Amino acid sequence: MIKLINQSIRQTILWSVVAGVLYPVVMTIFAQVAFHNQANGSLVEKDGKIIGSALLAQQFQGTNYFWPRPSACSYGTGPSGIAASSGSNLGPTSGSLYTNVQNNIAAFISGNNLPTNTVVPADMVFASASGLDPHISPEAARLQISRVAASRGMSEDKIKALVDQFTEPPQWGFLGQARVNVLLLNVALDRAQAGTKKAETGAPSKG
Amino acid sequence: MTTIEIIQIVLFFGLGIALTPPVGRFMYKVYTGEKTFLHPIFHPIEKVIYRLTGIDPNEEMTWLKYFWAVLMFATVGFVVDMAIFMTQQWLPLNPQKLPNCSWHLAFMQAWSFTCNADWQSYAGETTMSYFSQIFAIMVHQFLSGASGLAVLVAVGRALKRASVKSIGNFWADLTRGMLYFVMPLCVLWTIPLAWQGVPQTFKPYQTAQLMEPYTTQVQATDAKGNNVTTNIQLVLQAPKLDAKGQPVMTNGVAAMVDVPQVDAKGAPIMTNVPVMVDAKVETQPIPLGGVACFEAIKQLFTNGGGWYNVNSAHPFENPTPLTNFLELLAIIVVPMAQVYMFGLLVGNKKHAWTLFSVMLALFFLSFAGAWYFESQPNPVTGNALANMEGKEQRIGVMNSVLWGTSCTAIDNGSVNSMHDSYMPLAGMMPLWNILVGEMLFGGIGCGMYCMLFHVIITVFIAGLMIGRTPEYLGKKLDAWVATWAVIGVLIPNAACLLPTALAVEIPQGLSSMANNGPHGLTEVLYCFGEAANNNGSAFAGLNANTPFYNIGAGIVIWIGRFIPIISILAIVGRLASKKTVEASSGTLPTHGWTFGLTLAGVICIVAALTFFPALCLGPIVEHGLMLAGRMF
Repeated sequence: MIKLINQSIRQTILWSVVAGVLYPVVMTIFAQVAFHNQANGSLVEKDGKIIGSALLAQQFQGTNYFWPRPSACSYGTGPSGIAASSGSNLGPTSGSLYTNVQNNIAAFISGNNLPTNTVVPADMVFASASGLDPHISPEAARLQISRVAASRGMSEDKIKALVDQFTEPPQWGFLGQARVNVLLLNVALDRAQAGTKKAETGAPSKG
Repeated sequence: MTTIEIIQIVLFFGLGIALTPPVGRFMYKVYTGEKTFLHPIFHPIEKVIYRLTGIDPNEEMTWLKYFWAVLMFATVGFVVDMAIFMTQQWLPLNPQKLPNCSWHLAFMQAWSFTCNADWQSYAGETTMSYFSQIFAIMVHQFLSGASGLAVLVAVGRALKRASVKSIGNFWADLTRGMLYFVMPLCVLWTIPLAWQGVPQTFKPYQTAQLMEPYTTQVQATDAKGNNVTTNIQLVLQAPKLDAKGQPVMTNGVAAMVDVPQVDAKGAPIMTNVPVMVDAKVETQPIPLGGVACFEAIKQLFTNGGGWYNVNSAHPFENPTPLTNFLELLAIIVVPMAQVYMFGLLVGNKKHAWTLFSVMLALFFLSFAGAWYFESQPNPVTGNALANMEGKEQRIGVMNSVLWGTSCTAIDNGSVNSMHDSYMPLAGMMPLWNILVGEMLFGGIGCGMYCMLFHVIITVFIAGLMIGRTPEYLGKKLDAWVATWAVIGVLIPNAACLLPTALAVEIPQGLSSMANNGPHGLTEVLYCFGEAANNNGSAFAGLNANTPFYNIGAGIVIWIGRFIPIISILAIVGRLASKKTVEASSGTLPTHGWTFGLTLAGVICIVAALTFFPALCLGPIVEHGLMLAGRMF
């Protein structure tokens, strides 16, 4: 028995070194070299500041931005710093789920000035699993176009082109679902508008 | 049901089945010490490891000694884990300055990871330091998986032997498995995950400046840091009802009315409420870590304990549909291959393919059932939308359900959607997979040897029906074998049901439920069901980070791990010491349709007899109430 304990301890130490030090260190070096951006969290920068990760949703409520899916964890933020990723975990017969669903539908319809009989896409009605789902369905993005266009004073065609540009089809044509990355789309929106303004102010004035 | 979905399902099952023979044969070669293409590099290392850890790989162990080795190894792991969890704030690699875990959380998690259960009652990104994630969790995901596989190898080897008392050497099985199989496979899987966006760094969490800062409310604190409260009358909101008792809707929203609460005498009920003040939120933390290398071992060796709270639903653990597919494939590839390896070890491939087919059929049925029920509209929320509550857009309903049933049929326990928000009968399918004993391929090693209990019971019952001495793989089965087989099945089942019954009787159990009505019972049953069967998924609404659930689940996990191991080792130890008898015309074949169907029947009847009442009170009654539009 003493021998077994001795062997157990020595095996535990040995594998802690192999699987706990060697393996992660080698994989980290490999990932940092080969896939530097992904390995560090796919960060999105603007003017040298980190403004988010391409893989994590952020809260957008302003009329000039596209809105992400409802989150049960405030998109991982909170006054105390971090909030753990989380779904709502509400069951199908939950009264709270019923209330949330009705509120989300109403908020989306009134916020986007849609006809009251609009079928709101399921992804905007139900909270995501992680609370950080960076994507919405292409349908949910399309329904927001005219509101964003009106709020920014940009043409709907221009914004529709951007939405199309950021719509990812199922990966390799057959994996997963079509989706639009909200944060990247919103960053592109800001850039497009800034570009337009620059072009307008930079244009020679007539008369 | 779209074409894309069918393609993904066919590809998933097809690739799993196609990989079974080559991977299974490779495992067989590794464990029997035959030469593989990795031999030139790893054979010298293997010898060094034996020398460093004081092991003679040729020393044979009896079944009891083998069991002690497995148990001792896990116990040492448990002690190390518990120590790390309870001291992590003083240990290195803790850039977020996360505090020590409570003793009951440490107790539960230490058993959870050393028993390959990986049930988690904490949120990874806000609880565990990098040091804990790597040394206490990831290392033991490797070791618990390799231990389970070692037990299965010993079982297969012993069944092939005759008239000997020994069943092999645990340390040699463990070392060979880790070195030639587990580690290389994890390296192979890490690469595409890192490519697709799973972080792999040990830098501190990043902080992003929100593009749209927002204001929220927090409780005011006084100068001493105490919360400030004020005493007011309790007012509750309730849906406004019309004369018929139906909720009044305005603009599609249930109208709410304030109802000031009064007690029986008409006096207002007073309550202390916190004083709230505005707080501006301008940043979003971006939790990082060595997630890619962690993810590989978590998915491949039926661990399932995630780096983040929501496991593989988190965009960092599972960023694209491709990673979703690869992680799904990782769930099934080794568990499927282990059946083939078992067939090679006992020298009866026909028997292995029969078991394989039974497992596959029952697994597929559970998936099909869950997908069907999850696609039905929910009359309570009153719209015909797909149930995207607790699901991710890139993954969708079909892949969520496929994962949900895979990770429970296969004892993996990772999730990519919130099972708690499934439709009642769709949520029952993962629960059913857990309750039948997680052996529809099952966990690494443990799924296969739990299946053997049922095989032995089937052989016994069939033998009794036709009046012959039951034989399995050329060995006559006796009362010792039957007794241990029944122990191996019944004790984990009892360890699931009894704590569930206790939890719904006492306030410590009831107060953790997130949902009311029958759904609450399902949450608790799911909790102890997965603890008893060493799964790690959850109806995550249940707040399990309480002394009651942590201690209870920790003990149940221990029972669910080691009672089956001692039972199967006792059985094969007995069988190895017996003479092999040649199959005669009177021998009941353990392959083919007759045996397969009987086995499937035994599996379903054992589980149904044990759990049908509990399932009726949970998901089944909830389904009925949901159809009637009842909410809680």
